[in-house]
Amino acid sequence: MENNISLTLKVWRQNGPKDKGRFETYKLDKVSTDSSFLEMMDILNEQLVNEGKEPVAFDHDCREGICGMCSLYINGRPHGPDDDVTTCQLHMRKFKDGETITIEPWRSAGFPVIKDLIVNRNAFDTIIAAGGYTSVSTGGVPDANAIPIPKVDADEAMDAASCIGCGACVATCKNGSAMLFVSAKVSHLALLPQGKVEAARRAKNMVAKMDELGFGNCTNTGACEVECPKGVSISNIARLNREFLKAKLAD
Amino acid sequence: MSTIFGSSIGRKLLMSLSGLFLVTFLIVHLSINLLLLVPDGGETFNIAANFMALPLIKYGLQPVLFGGFIIHIIYASILTLQNNKARGNAKYASGNNTKDVMWASKNMYVLGITVTAFLVVHIVDFFVPLQITHGAASVTYDGVEMHNTYALVNAALSEAWRVALYVVGSLGLTIHLTHGFWSAFQTLGFSNNIWRKRWTVIGIAFAWIIGLGFAAIAILQFAFYQ
Repeated sequence: MENNISLTLKVWRQNGPKDKGRFETYKLDKVSTDSSFLEMMDILNEQLVNEGKEPVAFDHDCREGICGMCSLYINGRPHGPDDDVTTCQLHMRKFKDGETITIEPWRSAGFPVIKDLIVNRNAFDTIIAAGGYTSVSTGGVPDANAIPIPKVDADEAMDAASCIGCGACVATCKNGSAMLFVSAKVSHLALLPQGKVEAARRAKNMVAKMDELGFGNCTNTGACEVECPKGVSISNIARLNREFLKAKLAD
Repeated sequence: MSTIFGSSIGRKLLMSLSGLFLVTFLIVHLSINLLLLVPDGGETFNIAANFMALPLIKYGLQPVLFGGFIIHIIYASILTLQNNKARGNAKYASGNNTKDVMWASKNMYVLGITVTAFLVVHIVDFFVPLQITHGAASVTYDGVEMHNTYALVNAALSEAWRVALYVVGSLGLTIHLTHGFWSAFQTLGFSNNIWRKRWTVIGIAFAWIIGLGFAAIAILQFAFYQ
């Protein structure tokens, strides 16, 4: 049975990085509750194009929750009211008929708005380029028991590696801190033997780059973990603190 | 080593270590305050409190304690300013609806200001007459002359408004500690999925023991020791 809802959308519109920006209100009738949030945005844009208006610019790519492109701060939460999903996997059944939905871009000094709902997340790439890699190729997937790795470490590394770099952690953090992102990237490599070799250098360089780019200081509120679509744990932040302090003390 | 305190984690390390140092001070302070409840006219408390007059404590440990407070306050201010800047000028129109975030964790600076304001009153009430002006009365036990700290405290806590202020100050401290305690260990890196839960439980229990301890002693002094 198809279920349709009508919505009022308050959408942030901003022509460019220098523009002041403002909210525009749009009415949308008969949105299927089976459609995803981004499909709803597509319907809105189609309506805008048909009216001869400029469509709303927003980031999206794979639409299956693994690429990290989609963003959107919806009704006070990054990736909207559902838990542990990205905006592309949020469905309209999470909203009520007649509801007003406020849609904003990520807001943080580290993520300046490019246009409408799209922000510049190059800072994350710059942090990765500062050390989020292994310097030599470690080959393809090794044979199962070639390098013994404790199950706990393998699981924690995999959990940390599930970070898709969407930036929800920074968007929700009262301090605009990127610690959850950086800690996930440092952790998934530091936990495995291939990444351990460069662990100290990696922690120092990535933290230095994070600070240089103007992200805030973590105060352990834990909001990032709650809003992370992949449920990346702040235990990784403790690990990053440990790795960083160890590396600095060894110098 | 040279740049460790120039980094975000290094600055937080200073917050963590100075915070834990101040926690040990709270434990000593509460332990001595408990002696206020010994019903011997204040002799036990006076003798215990007199350790503050020892030159090693007065000229050795007190400056360190003040240093701890100053580092904690100055770095809290620096970090808060940097964090406000990192958050940016644009605010979310739809506010913040993130659930399961401890209120204290988002208001540590405000709670810190509350504790500092209380601390100023507290220093004027007791530290100044006991350690600087020596305006407090004297008492002699077994030939040793010392300040009658008990009489000073007892008189101060005979006024209802001051007792109320001390209770509010203690509660502010409690809420500050409910986040601060476990957060200090997280910053040091002594935390993981298991220990995070343990530190949180220990921290909340510790915060309430300290806070209710100070508050209860003030109330009992007001109600039963006048």
